[in-house]
Amino acid sequence: LAAPPHRSLQSDGVNPDLASERLTASFSVEKLTARLDGGAEHTRMRRAIVEAIESDPAFSRENQYFQSQNERYEAAVRRAVHLQKKMREMGWTENGPEIKYIYRWLSGDIAFLLHRVFMRSISVLGSDKQVAKWIPLATEHQIIGSYAQTELGHGTYLQGLETTAVFDIATQEFLLNTPKISAMKWWPGDMGRSATHTVVFAQLYVHGKCYGVHPFIVQIRSLQDHSPRPGVTVGDIGPKMNFEHTDNGYLMLQNVRVPRENMLSRFCEVQPDGTYVRWGSQKINYFTMTTVRISILSDEVILPLMKACTIAIRYSAVRRQSKLKPGEQEAKILDYQTQQQKLLPQLAAAYAFHFINIYLHELFDRGYQEIQGRNFDSLPELHAFSSGFKAMVTQYCTSGVEICLRACGGHGYSLLSGLPSLYTRVLASCIYEGENTVLFLQTARFLIKCFMAASAGQPIPPSVTYLSSAKPGKCPAKDKLDFLSPDVYLKAYEQMAIRSVTKLQHLIQSGAEKHEAWNQCTVQLVKAAQAHCHYITVKIFVETVEKLDNKAGIQKVMKHLCDLFALHGIFSNAGDFLYDGYLSGAQMDLVTASYLDLLAVIRMDAVPLVDAFDFTDKSLNSALGSYDGQVYQRLYEWAQKSPTNQQVSPAYGKYLKPLLQNRLSKL
Amino acid sequence: VRFLFSSALSPEALVINDPDFQHEDLNFLSRSQRYEQAIRKSSLMVMKLREHGIADPDEIYWFKSFVHRGRPEPLDLHLGMFLPTLLTQATPEQQDRFFMPAWNLEIIGTYAQTEMGHGTHLRGLETTATYDPATQEFILNSPTVTSIKWWPGGLGKTSNHAIVLAQLYTQGQCKGLHAFIVPIRQLGTHEPLPGITVGDIGPKFGYDEMDNGYLKMDNFRIPRENMLMKYAQVEPDGTYVKPLNDKLTYGTMVFIRSIIVGDSARSLSRACTIAIRYSAVRHQSELKAGEPEPQILDYQTQQYKLFPLLATAYAFHFVGAYIKDTYRRISGDIIEGDLSELPELHALTAGLKAFTSWTANAGIEECRMACGGHGYSRCSGLPDIYVTFTPSCTYEGENTVMMLQTARFLVKSYTQVSSGQRVTGMVSYLNDLSRQRIQPQHVAARPVTVRINDPISLVEAYKARAARLVEAAAKNLQAELNHRKSKEDAWNRTSVDLVRASEAHCHYVIVKLFTAKLSEISNAAVRAVMTELCLLYALYGISKNTGDFLQAGILTDTQVNQVNQHVKELLAIIRPNAVALVDSFDFHDVHLGSVLGRYDGNVYENMFEWAKKSPLNKTEVHESFHKHLKPMQAKL
Repeated sequence: LAAPPHRSLQSDGVNPDLASERLTASFSVEKLTARLDGGAEHTRMRRAIVEAIESDPAFSRENQYFQSQNERYEAAVRRAVHLQKKMREMGWTENGPEIKYIYRWLSGDIAFLLHRVFMRSISVLGSDKQVAKWIPLATEHQIIGSYAQTELGHGTYLQGLETTAVFDIATQEFLLNTPKISAMKWWPGDMGRSATHTVVFAQLYVHGKCYGVHPFIVQIRSLQDHSPRPGVTVGDIGPKMNFEHTDNGYLMLQNVRVPRENMLSRFCEVQPDGTYVRWGSQKINYFTMTTVRISILSDEVILPLMKACTIAIRYSAVRRQSKLKPGEQEAKILDYQTQQQKLLPQLAAAYAFHFINIYLHELFDRGYQEIQGRNFDSLPELHAFSSGFKAMVTQYCTSGVEICLRACGGHGYSLLSGLPSLYTRVLASCIYEGENTVLFLQTARFLIKCFMAASAGQPIPPSVTYLSSAKPGKCPAKDKLDFLSPDVYLKAYEQMAIRSVTKLQHLIQSGAEKHEAWNQCTVQLVKAAQAHCHYITVKIFVETVEKLDNKAGIQKVMKHLCDLFALHGIFSNAGDFLYDGYLSGAQMDLVTASYLDLLAVIRMDAVPLVDAFDFTDKSLNSALGSYDGQVYQRLYEWAQKSPTNQQVSPAYGKYLKPLLQNRLSKL
Repeated sequence: VRFLFSSALSPEALVINDPDFQHEDLNFLSRSQRYEQAIRKSSLMVMKLREHGIADPDEIYWFKSFVHRGRPEPLDLHLGMFLPTLLTQATPEQQDRFFMPAWNLEIIGTYAQTEMGHGTHLRGLETTATYDPATQEFILNSPTVTSIKWWPGGLGKTSNHAIVLAQLYTQGQCKGLHAFIVPIRQLGTHEPLPGITVGDIGPKFGYDEMDNGYLKMDNFRIPRENMLMKYAQVEPDGTYVKPLNDKLTYGTMVFIRSIIVGDSARSLSRACTIAIRYSAVRHQSELKAGEPEPQILDYQTQQYKLFPLLATAYAFHFVGAYIKDTYRRISGDIIEGDLSELPELHALTAGLKAFTSWTANAGIEECRMACGGHGYSRCSGLPDIYVTFTPSCTYEGENTVMMLQTARFLVKSYTQVSSGQRVTGMVSYLNDLSRQRIQPQHVAARPVTVRINDPISLVEAYKARAARLVEAAAKNLQAELNHRKSKEDAWNRTSVDLVRASEAHCHYVIVKLFTAKLSEISNAAVRAVMTELCLLYALYGISKNTGDFLQAGILTDTQVNQVNQHVKELLAIIRPNAVALVDSFDFHDVHLGSVLGRYDGNVYENMFEWAKKSPLNKTEVHESFHKHLKPMQAKL
């Protein structure tokens, strides 16, 4: 596999400070890229798609940082429309292997993402008849959909939703209403300006009886002139920290009527006489919702961390500051131990999460097959996995991107660095698809149940069997090199995770979740869930490294990263490992020493390790992070394109001039 | 609690009710519009200050902070750096030429130090000022791309002068960095002068209303008299006269960093106010089956996120006040030429600047996250507080570099103690180390009998932790020095330890100052609630750093459990006072700029009102429908 043009070593104009970093790589960057893609043929396909998109000016994001909310929205709609055309031209399809690379490159900066959720929810929740009716219309974009669940006053707690749908037997219609302000739908994407239809979640009432939350397809705008339908108040919720291109919307319904057939009825139905019938198992549906949490991890969470690491590490090899040795040139900031300590653990985490993500997908694929065969045994475990890992990975990646941002000093604060947008995007993932604290508590609930079952001698799922293997003991390490042995640190993590769960003994003994008692322990419960997920992540990283091919230096460098990820975790949570004396104070000093040694080792491969992520300059869209390291020229060129430099500011004539000429009183 | 905060004058009548200072919600304006609004308000402000005869610096500060609602504005550098630098570094003759025009805003100046390639390491700046005795001028040049001045506020569009820091060359020798007054735009037309390239550096995370700028100079000549010559001088023939004392600049740095510590406290207080008020309004899920959804502030996890931050905000208020007072107290000595206390204060404020800004930065984000999805909307005000505050981790001394400056002082003090000298001030705990030296190993692990209900005892625990980490860092540094030749290399290889030592030292200082403050509070009820907050601050800090306390043998496993338990008890104790404690910060709604944090708690109605004003809602059908959607539907 030949190196692609965007990272050819021969190309002129690469900053020598960055070029020199690439000469000392201990492994083959191309081979690692292929490993990350899941094979060289995937790498080839991905690059071909990226090339096709990047060569099309309609997808250019060149001026993104200078655009207003209105302009960003319009560009996203334009891109979404153009993508339809492009896909037909290229012969790409929604179900083809290309689609994930297309959306990965677009990194969400496109309209109609909720339209896809709209379609998925109809496919999953709708009857065959409903699917046959709506999906072709949506596929052809004759209608544009959204997904309206969250309300102004209610997010996490679905049962608390206040929108109502009352069945009217006389007209065979549902009457939808927003009874009060907190019941207004709030946040759904594509709804503020674009959508013609949306799936509304509302409390179903038949004959005065409430049957709980159900989904209804509601037309909200005219298909002729796009104006809101009678009884519908709809609009954009205003500027946010990011997602300026998305028209997150509000929706108020006043006596809006939809036909009986618009309630999505794969699992339940209101019959013409008002009889409520429920059939089939909702468990498959439940499984689908669970997989959404896993599906966001790769593109929305781990990728931003990889990009942030790429930008920050390349920039740190170019930026020089102060002298490490008298008389020498100023040192690269990447040579400072404090800078390495900020960035390299984030790099190790990016790799750790890449591998845990692959593991989770395999686990869910297996789970899906079992569920297809009507075996629902693994569902609680999968649910616990999806909750805990969604929470852990989003939280870790968010803080990782922010560390990268701040590690780039003043220039990181410029939008042109690309880092602020990466940060504000990734941090939204801590809230959507389940607020992280709530998710950790769900995982904790599972852990406590399993531990209770294990104590009672009942079988428990494989991922948690370690909980019943608690053996008091001490860590055997005597030398700092002992901590480079995965057995040693894995055992430490295992012990720590077991202790975190067993510390909740009193809660476990009290039988179950008496509400007050549960609330009194939630801080510790969150910690236990985190400890479990952290342990599993280290374990999967270790297992992945063991299975890697020992060619081209890849296994060795991945082993270093795995060690770093594990030891950094111990170093940063020392108290949890020292507690109970599994690790002694002296051993903790050895961990620290070993951890700091690793920083210097990985430092040598830092730039090749981010090169292996294989982001093109256009997809990074960063003046600091480009492959050629021409940071300062690019920063200067891009700044000159800023609208503030293109136009004469009206402020001068109106305010500055009188001020400067000291005619203040005339203002 | 109100009396803890001084409010010099009530600017509400003067500013908030003044129709001239009203404008559309800034969240809906573009960068150019925000810049224009800021300039408009600054111009008005100058006029009104004169009209009202306001001249006292504190009163100007309050007035300004109400006009701009605590936000940056393009004249910040003129008022905060250009004018003060003229006062401290210009000769009387230069003051005659520049000060009054600048005071009257005929000259608007900025302070151009940072370059594209150089920030922290001042000696690395590349801009040159070469003296030409033939014409008695300095020739200013930006010799490389990296030497372009980059970031100065007000430089991009507003200023017509800049104080430029450049390497001085005279008689063929480099004399290091000096400051020069450089005209950059034509008076009257505001066009850049020949030889000057100047502009705005483009969009940033925040600071939308600030025209941070770039400046490139090509053989630009200024008269000899434009070098600020109160200290160093260049005589007409090019002879260089050295300045007398460098340490004086310490004073300014201490002052600016004390302002950042105060900023950390204020920004975190604002975030806490919003998050705690909103958590009292928001209801969610069930705590007990069948009961109404509880306020989210009743959840332990929510209290655990917010109350330690509330305690932190109070702690930082006291620390900020302490530094300001200390600075005032010793600035008299400085004028008298007694600089003995300055090095310690300088070292301490470096670390405290870093410690408080890092903590506040993370705390603001935690508050935002605690508000769920709505925290992400700009109507919450939290995104804005964050993006405005976060650069303070970088400017006026990058935080890691600041921590290492404090570490240098700590190591120096440790070395003094090791060689038998005694040290004074905040580091005096290091003296105890030598007394314990007679005991074999783990010198810092002197058994501290920690009473976890007693703040004074907790101060001792923090002291022991700081001593242990300073000693460990100093010993590791020595070990590296024994192995290697270069001092710089050894220092670099110990820097992670050194930063940890500084953090522990700063943490100790904060707990100590907070505890000391308690006895000054005369009102018993206020003292009681402040004691709870102080305990929470100290205990939470321990629970987050149990490794340090366990490893040094300061606390046992059982005590760690007690600490965790007591933190949870304090959350419940503080809960009834939580809203009152943020009300005491006394932020006006206009200043808070948050729909979620409104004093009246009418959150949802006002979110809807706010959203209706969004730019995307200007027309009922957005133009994109006609331009893109309709044609697509027609074609498909």
